[in-house]
Amino acid sequence: MIPQTEAPVFREHFARDRQANVMLSRVAGSLYWMSRYLERAENIARLLDVNLQLLLDFEKLDDESLKQHWLPILHAIGDETLFFQLYETADSLSVSDFITFNRNNPNSLFNCLVTARENARQVRDQISAEMWTVLNDAYHFISSRCIEDVWDGDVGAFYDQIKQFSHLFQGITVSTFARNEGYEFIQFGKYLERADKTSRLLDVKYHILLPKVTDVGGAVDAAQWQAVLRSTSALEAYRRFYVTDILASKVAQFLIFQDAFPRSITFCVDQLRQFALLISEGREGESESPPMRKFGRFASGLRFLAVDDVIQQGLHEFVTEVQTELAGLAAHIYQTYMYCAPVDMDAEIRFHQQQEQQQQGMLPAVVAG
Amino acid sequence: MLLENYETDDFYDEMFTEDGTVRPHYEAVARGLGEVTVEEYRNKQTAVDAAFMRHGVTFTVYSDDQGTERIFPFDCMPRVISAEEWDQIERGLIQRIEALNLFLHDLYHDQKILKDRVIPARYILGAKHFRRECAGMDVAKNIYVHICGTDLIRDRDGRYLVLEDNLRCPSGASYMLENRAALKRAFPEVFSEVKPRPVADYAQTLLAALQHSAPESFVGAEHPTVVLLTPGVYNSAYFEHAFLARQMGIPIVEGRDLVVRDAKVYMRTTAGLVKVDVIYRRIDDDFLDPAKFRPDSLLGVPGIFNAARAGNVTLANAVGTGVADDKVVYYFVPKIIKYYLDQEPILPNVDTYLASEDEDRDFILENLNKLVVKSANEAGGYGMLMGPWAAQAEIDKFRDMVRADPRNFIAQNPISLSRHPTWVEEGFEGRHIDLRPYILCGEKITVTPGGLTRVALRKGSLVVNSSQGGGSKDTWVLRAANA
Repeated sequence: MIPQTEAPVFREHFARDRQANVMLSRVAGSLYWMSRYLERAENIARLLDVNLQLLLDFEKLDDESLKQHWLPILHAIGDETLFFQLYETADSLSVSDFITFNRNNPNSLFNCLVTARENARQVRDQISAEMWTVLNDAYHFISSRCIEDVWDGDVGAFYDQIKQFSHLFQGITVSTFARNEGYEFIQFGKYLERADKTSRLLDVKYHILLPKVTDVGGAVDAAQWQAVLRSTSALEAYRRFYVTDILASKVAQFLIFQDAFPRSITFCVDQLRQFALLISEGREGESESPPMRKFGRFASGLRFLAVDDVIQQGLHEFVTEVQTELAGLAAHIYQTYMYCAPVDMDAEIRFHQQQEQQQQGMLPAVVAG
Repeated sequence: MLLENYETDDFYDEMFTEDGTVRPHYEAVARGLGEVTVEEYRNKQTAVDAAFMRHGVTFTVYSDDQGTERIFPFDCMPRVISAEEWDQIERGLIQRIEALNLFLHDLYHDQKILKDRVIPARYILGAKHFRRECAGMDVAKNIYVHICGTDLIRDRDGRYLVLEDNLRCPSGASYMLENRAALKRAFPEVFSEVKPRPVADYAQTLLAALQHSAPESFVGAEHPTVVLLTPGVYNSAYFEHAFLARQMGIPIVEGRDLVVRDAKVYMRTTAGLVKVDVIYRRIDDDFLDPAKFRPDSLLGVPGIFNAARAGNVTLANAVGTGVADDKVVYYFVPKIIKYYLDQEPILPNVDTYLASEDEDRDFILENLNKLVVKSANEAGGYGMLMGPWAAQAEIDKFRDMVRADPRNFIAQNPISLSRHPTWVEEGFEGRHIDLRPYILCGEKITVTPGGLTRVALRKGSLVVNSSQGGGSKDTWVLRAANA
């Protein structure tokens, strides 16, 4: 009797209307990660640069206060434990090296740019030559330098250049990339990373604030909130909007709710919702799936929230909630469209060999000459 | 002037005759470059190198954990081929590929050429890349070799000879295209003066050839779905794979992106499984299908060979073409041309001795220090003995190897490859070169006018392979006077 062979199962059944625009799941994933890592690099570069400048305004910086300054930042964008495995003291030089160049820090600027470029290389056939060249330039820019070079030169100009690579890339993407499915994944990745980083920044301030409540409202406090704004490129926009002092509640309001500002949480969440809908468009039931509806509820909930509610709930708690929602949506989109279950090679090989044996049982054998 | 102190020495020089006059087809280039100073030339060369680095026209050397990126060295001085020479090359290559396609079809069907004893059957049946699995298998339009990159060399008399056929996955076409683009930017004046024939439609012709060879079973409203199958980003030719896929506008896929069901090949997309009709595969036979060939291949697609055999997908090149790359089979190509086309070969082979023939073997063993010995199935300049330049220990090693496995070795008289002015540090010196033109078989056979001129950058070296200190040049084919 011929043994029954069953193929390993693949989870790919939805049919899309726009068949002409087929895109490999792996390609979608690479575009998404490429975009996320470049956005991450930009945000980290800005945060680091702003804090290096901020420290210049303070006098009497002993080791301990330096450490107190850098710890929350390490907490927000890096891995404190890893840092102290690699360095003895948390000062400007060591933190900058860790965040900028360290090969062992998966989120160092170096590794962000390498990962963005490696993902771009995977989809070299999908992106424009100009997009690739920017990532390539960025890689060669950072890989040919070390922290001593940066320290001896113009520190600000170095981090500016990193940010510019990201801005250039986004501009080129808008001007050279077709508005197809790939574009949706690129934008989705970008806004996800940006929303995540803006919310983490609010959290940095929360960590800075708590230990000494007496400082609240003082000069140091204002400088720090100002740094938060600058870390999100929001200082000038904030000033134009409020024409007032830097007040904690106003800053929080601006960075969370200002839907005209492209780095605010609300703005990013709206964009995410929109691109998630575009990605799932045309697939039956997909846009009403439970994770999509959950994120939709969160997005509309944001519209009816005021900054007082946030402060009452606790800024940290609010930020945690935002990150949970973002992670939920990201996991859903990733699993559904980008994740490619690894092929079980052994099972596949067995399956095809058995199939062939069955065929040979039915067909006259072909003899080689 | 740039070429003032240039010496042709005792070689055939592409640009100069023995008495130092510029050959007629190089006159325009010589004129154009005559106005360039050493300083200017060096700046152009530096700019071209920088552009290659920026655009990522690189390969990676994994000597440390990060991998170092290198560009393939490119020499700005173009190699020029006259219209008459090209005419002979083109006719010769078309003849050769036509005969080899008929040969492959015969081998995997009636084997008439073996029955007629033109080639001893043992040479074919014992060939490493002969695929018994392909016996009786039909391929679309009877095309086995869709893409071919034949290596040509010129001897001391300037005769073009075929060195190798490269019928499996020949690479380098992207460098032909990138070199052209770079040279146009570096020397626009010289370029517009000479106006060589364009190479830019290579990708379009390649796509047309691939579409042409869609399976007979393909019935679609529009075009068949064509993809390029790559081993992945860590392959040294990945740049080329991505480059060609972009130029053709087709998806580049890895083995893990494809799955075979009901003897049909599908790719895994965001919209589910989508059927694939033609696969331009840049993975060797051995690694293509772990259910059929090497089971340890992680790059391949289980079941893909069966899908091709069932006529549901076309693999380009077809499985089993490697048998004609065997250097023992190479020896018989002139006979193959005669047998199938009843013509004399337009492009001759390099004189070759077969170690498996008693008389030849004695000759080889006696003259190891004068011959080039090659193993039958190696490429890239490996597995080779350059007798006149080799140490005694190496000669002894090859003597033992040839005795132990004569079927696996051939020998050739060393060819004193032609030389070409090539930029070295502060001026031009002669360096040995070869030529790899690209031949595409679709509705008709097309030879792209140009190709990759490879140059051995090390002084005196005859090895042009990029893995062993080789670089490349742009190749300019001149238009016929009345065209």
